[in-house]
Amino acid sequence: MIRVLRIAAVTGVILLLWHMLVVMTGLPAFILPSPMRVATALFSNLELIGHHATVTIAEVLIGLCLGAVLGVVTAISLALSPVSRLVVRPMMVISQALPVFALAPVLTLWLGYGLWPKIIMALLIIYFPVTSAFFDGLMQTPRGMLDMANVMQGKSWQIMRYIRIPSAIPALASGLRLAAVYAPIGAIIGEWVGASQGLGYLMLLANGRAKIDLMFAALIVLALLTLLLHGSVDRLCSYVVKRQQT
Amino acid sequence: MMQVPPSPEIQFVGDASISGMSVFQQVEMTVGAGQWTCLLGQSGVGKTTILRLLAGLGSYVDHNGEIIASDGQQLAGRISLMAQSDNLMPWLDVFDNIVIGSRLRGDAVDSTLAKDLIEQVGLSSHSHKKPNALSGGQRQRVALARTLMESRPIVLLDEPFSALDARIRAEMQELAARLFAGKTVCLITHDPGEAARLGEVIYVMSTSGLRQINPPSSSVIRPYDAPDVLACQGQLLRLLREMP
Repeated sequence: MIRVLRIAAVTGVILLLWHMLVVMTGLPAFILPSPMRVATALFSNLELIGHHATVTIAEVLIGLCLGAVLGVVTAISLALSPVSRLVVRPMMVISQALPVFALAPVLTLWLGYGLWPKIIMALLIIYFPVTSAFFDGLMQTPRGMLDMANVMQGKSWQIMRYIRIPSAIPALASGLRLAAVYAPIGAIIGEWVGASQGLGYLMLLANGRAKIDLMFAALIVLALLTLLLHGSVDRLCSYVVKRQQT
Repeated sequence: MMQVPPSPEIQFVGDASISGMSVFQQVEMTVGAGQWTCLLGQSGVGKTTILRLLAGLGSYVDHNGEIIASDGQQLAGRISLMAQSDNLMPWLDVFDNIVIGSRLRGDAVDSTLAKDLIEQVGLSSHSHKKPNALSGGQRQRVALARTLMESRPIVLLDEPFSALDARIRAEMQELAARLFAGKTVCLITHDPGEAARLGEVIYVMSTSGLRQINPPSSSVIRPYDAPDVLACQGQLLRLLREMP
């Protein structure tokens, strides 16, 4: 209850400051619309924004799931095989030196204007944080547990399954929490480069037609969706981690 | 009860160094067949290094010497290890922690034996609890049952009771003495009282080497307040303090 009140208070203060800024500076609506105008734009275009939001949500969720699965698989194979660590790890670091933004036009060229280039962008942007966090967790299994497993003559895949993966779950959870914030960025970049649907596309379109109030409305919806996604992933991760130990 | 393969005697001889730094020199130790051998010493004299070498975990140690079992066979696969830290998996319940060895080897789980052992360590009503819901003493009981579940003839104990309070420690010593009967046990400890109660062969280790001490004549597990046990405890403490 206190939490809800606090969020409401913070939101209220921000809206008030925004409103005062518009009133005091007298900025025209096509530069900075007032909160009221944005709210009006939001509610009168609810169906339109809803349609584009659904597309973005689909891209983000699919990208998030695929990226997480790919990251988990990569981290496990890196942790199992020293050879793949030698070969794949430097490749991953080098791939991070390429700005993902720069890849977006190429992806659009290769995969067209549909959902896939956006999904791949979201996937690419979260792949590294997920892999890296989970891999670090897999390499930090408590020494005593591994000693015991070796004396028991455990097989390396079974040790991975029963000891190393479970003990790395908290690390994976922090990777996924980051991923939930990054994935929408990837999808929006993809939409900016070339799309016919999605919140990123709507924002560009509204901007181009000087419908700044609509652009802000789409931006706010995007921010809310990202917060909601992060909140859900955070809750889910905390639940799984807590459940694992009790 | 389960079938226990015959327990061999183990000879440990040699020097050890870790990345050029000598840990100990010219140690000669015999771990008696089917007996409790206690290795007493202060921290840092290399007790744990000996134990890790016996357990096959000493790949980082340069061991110049030999480890020989009296039956001429390898030690690997015949050893079970119990450490000061219980190493229970917080994500597994008591039952699953006890059978972890079979799971790690990909073997079938003998749940009859597991349940029997859970009962023997007095945790029947806790078998579906996770370690975080157990007390320190209960956790070490789970570790004890897990060690027994391995059905190995040789048991290496690295100060497994040292973090427990005095009363629970005494109970655990009695339980371990009963359940490990007939196995070749090597116990590392820094508690002279523990060595005097449990040791059938007792060594005191210091930087100057290893010295074998005559244990009290009564059989294990000895009462902690018997005169000969107390005398032995006093003698061990004196040696711990006086040996260079």
